[in-house]
Amino acid sequence: MTTETAHAQVSLTPSKEHNVKQGQQHPLGIYFVIWGLLFVLSTFSYLVDYFDFVGFTRWALILSLMWLKAGLIVAVFMHMRWERLALVYAILIPPLLLGILVTLMSLESDYTFWTRIVFFGLFRSHPGA
Amino acid sequence: MSELVAEDQDATPLQSLVTDWSTDQETFKRVHWGKAMMWIFLLSDTFIFSCFLTSYMTVRSSTTMPWPNPSEVFGLTIAGHSVPLLLIAIMTFILISSSGTMALAVNYGYRRDRRTTALLMFATALFGLTFVSMQAFEWTKLIREGVRPWGNPWGAPQFGSSFFMITGFHGFHVSIGVIYLSTIAIKVLKGDFERKGNYEVVEIAGLYWHFVDLVWVFIFAFFYLW
Repeated sequence: MTTETAHAQVSLTPSKEHNVKQGQQHPLGIYFVIWGLLFVLSTFSYLVDYFDFVGFTRWALILSLMWLKAGLIVAVFMHMRWERLALVYAILIPPLLLGILVTLMSLESDYTFWTRIVFFGLFRSHPGA
Repeated sequence: MSELVAEDQDATPLQSLVTDWSTDQETFKRVHWGKAMMWIFLLSDTFIFSCFLTSYMTVRSSTTMPWPNPSEVFGLTIAGHSVPLLLIAIMTFILISSSGTMALAVNYGYRRDRRTTALLMFATALFGLTFVSMQAFEWTKLIREGVRPWGNPWGAPQFGSSFFMITGFHGFHVSIGVIYLSTIAIKVLKGDFERKGNYEVVEIAGLYWHFVDLVWVFIFAFFYLW
């Protein structure tokens, strides 16, 4: 491919890559939709506490609402869905490593919990038991 | 160089990922350097907040004492009725609204509507200020009730240290954000970016602000609702 045709191709498709123009420009409507959705999802999260869901239902609801909200903020408000994959992966993949930290620490805290039970005496903090 | 750009037009996203990372030159193509740097800063900040939340998880699941019920601790009594988590819910809606006005500000910035952009940014900063004030109220209330980093009247002493550390660091981020946004908004009004014709500065400030909102989503879920 010669340099001339390469330039021609670039100038023919200026709108394909949105930020050739300048930055991230999108219709205003999408921000209002996401804004509304975030309000609705937050209301749901609040209702989880208000109606006092417990156990697995509570965790499942809290976590799914949390990830939905986080996803909407990152994808639309922070424009991640329109960024180049090189940037998206550089930012979104490293936090996955945190899963290892969380796993290790939850194993460790389980160990600490049982060590405390054994060494401090069972149910010392629950006089009634 | 130009051939590279031309090839890029037909490449699938995955191909472009491989090409971008293997060109031995600029990796984040057509991304303002300031934006790339802000994203990398936010990535490091993600790790800081994750460390706080993970240590909170660790102390909460390793304590042998009952954890204070956040629903009651952060409840408010309105006209004789106790409403759980009311203040926190309002704070959440305020922060989401601030994110909304910020997203609009970025958009108006690129339209070169300086007045609207600055106005929306000031609105965002004002929402942020309201949020911090409500947090100050919450801290005062809890300190009066006897919550300290080393103990509290309701159970596990780790509650206080986790609470002050996590919400304190988040509140600090909001406060810095208010200053940051106000500074940029004033520069927008003065027309500083008009000369360069580049409003990406507003988008970069917006990234920081949305991140503050994002962190609150996780704090709300893990600390207040769990």
